[in-house]
Amino acid sequence: MPLEVYLNVAVSGLLTGLVYGLMALGLSVIFGVVRVVNFAHGEMMTIAMYLAVVLFAQFKLDPLLMMLPIAALLFCLGYAMQIGIINPFINRPEHMQFILLVAVAIIMVNGLLIVFGPDAQSVQTSYSYDSFALGPLIVDATKLYAGIAAIVTALALFGFFRFTTIGTAIRACADNYTGALVVGLDVKRLYALTFGIGSACVGAAGAMLVLLIDVTPALGPAFTLLAFIIVIVGGLGSMPGALLGGVLIGMTEAMAGLLFSPSAKSMFAFAILVLVLLFRPQGIMGKKPS
Amino acid sequence: MIARLLQGVPRRALALLVVLLAVMVGAPFFANDYLLTILILVLYFAYVGQCWNIMMGFAGQLSLGHALYVGLGAYTSAALYVHFGIAPWLGLPVAILVAASAGAFIGFLAFRFRVSGVYFAILTIAFCEFARIGFDHFRWVGGSGGFFLPVTNYTQSDLWNLRGKPVMFYYVILALTLGALLACHLLLRSRMGFFWQAIREDEVAARALGINTFRYKMYAVIISAGMTSVAGVFFAFYYNNLFPEQVFHISRSIEIILAPIIGGIGTLFGPLLGALLLTGIAEGIWELMNALGFNPPGAKQVFYGICLLAVIMLLPNGVWPSLSRALGLDKRTDKEP
Repeated sequence: MPLEVYLNVAVSGLLTGLVYGLMALGLSVIFGVVRVVNFAHGEMMTIAMYLAVVLFAQFKLDPLLMMLPIAALLFCLGYAMQIGIINPFINRPEHMQFILLVAVAIIMVNGLLIVFGPDAQSVQTSYSYDSFALGPLIVDATKLYAGIAAIVTALALFGFFRFTTIGTAIRACADNYTGALVVGLDVKRLYALTFGIGSACVGAAGAMLVLLIDVTPALGPAFTLLAFIIVIVGGLGSMPGALLGGVLIGMTEAMAGLLFSPSAKSMFAFAILVLVLLFRPQGIMGKKPS
Repeated sequence: MIARLLQGVPRRALALLVVLLAVMVGAPFFANDYLLTILILVLYFAYVGQCWNIMMGFAGQLSLGHALYVGLGAYTSAALYVHFGIAPWLGLPVAILVAASAGAFIGFLAFRFRVSGVYFAILTIAFCEFARIGFDHFRWVGGSGGFFLPVTNYTQSDLWNLRGKPVMFYYVILALTLGALLACHLLLRSRMGFFWQAIREDEVAARALGINTFRYKMYAVIISAGMTSVAGVFFAFYYNNLFPEQVFHISRSIEIILAPIIGGIGTLFGPLLGALLLTGIAEGIWELMNALGFNPPGAKQVFYGICLLAVIMLLPNGVWPSLSRALGLDKRTDKEP
């Protein structure tokens, strides 16, 4: 195969990987601060994807424009989840938090199944088949828009955590729970805020992803796993790590789909996960646990 | 022997146990085929739940990939039967060996490299997904198109080849469930059982006391995986068809953990009680919704999810600990963890 084919596939994997990365960023933010692994992450993303599909089908609203409203809705969902059911579990054993979110995930994925049925649904925008030619490279317009939007969202998030008071307060909660309580931060509310922000990332990522793939309820568990893989590979709790992991996994999947059979592509993602867990359990960008 | 087994079991619990046993053994004489298939399902989930409980409830290692061991057991015994005509009871040791080796492999990697907690759970999911994709491409056992056991209309039950009517399967799974209950009862009181519980409560402290935590965690995975694969053999010969997308799917692994969590993690009767409650109520709801004419796919799973949510929020130790206290059965056995 000519080199251009590989390059094209790599770029397409990179752009898809950025969207994956944004989704995983949400998981990473939630884990880094609240210390709860959101096992319903992929399911929340399918909810966002269905929101985008419904908005497009009913009102012809472009998913990329609807990104912010959908993210806002998911923020509310995440905020409510943290206040309503997760906060009481903060000091419970890890496996109980895990099972709690598994239960939420089961309800979400099957709720979607009841409402939307098992068939795949998609969004066909006017630019669905557009592409840009950059020398020998041909880049899908949808993927490019989605990739850029993912980068912008991620940058906005970095800025929020770095430069705003609330962002600083949230980082304080992540660094030292007791210390944050002592200086008088409302940790429970900040946790809810964080869970909401993480969910908003998923919402934005879902709105973009709907342009790239068809949505079915069964995507939920698959994307939960994918988000976990990305976050663990990149380093749980590290924000740049999540983006890097997303790009790495996105490109690996794209390459594996080209070189081997497309149905075997997630095997390579799992192989990377196993290698990282064994040889660098803190992830590529993660800090070593003290 | 029997006296030792019953040592410390309160009299009331013993009486209840005898009644329960009598009901279960006698069930096929008054149950119709429909009820019998539901009871088989209950016992199946009780059995696999019991096996999972060894890892999570006794030794504190959260596995979310137990469908892997069911699937390996199912595929091994089915392949031996279809390709070589080897009877399931002879294929069973091979199936156990395969699943236990897989368990040992995963356990070795995880425990040697200190992968624990949520990371361990994700590693188990990863290996199960690995198997799902692998078997999708494994032509010898049908790949993604499925693997089928020959089926005819049976007039007689052939126990040796596990071909026959639901009644036979009922007694097989009943025997397995009772065997697992007994095995877990003995395991929990053995030296190893106490080591497991020490590891579950505080691994660092257990190691400080001189317990070889690596070795005992390995034992837990291997025993749990081996026992789970027996359910896989049953699954293969009872359902007669195997699809990687179904057998190894993550929702299978989650189904396995529901019953023991709802019944009570780490208790002996939790898995059985949980399976009875879940399957019983789910079938009831299914019947009700059928009667109402509203039964979309996924409704049963939503119900499972709500049950799980309710139990984990309201009764985090499961139903059994509170029930046994209410019945006055918790004298010395089945203390809550």
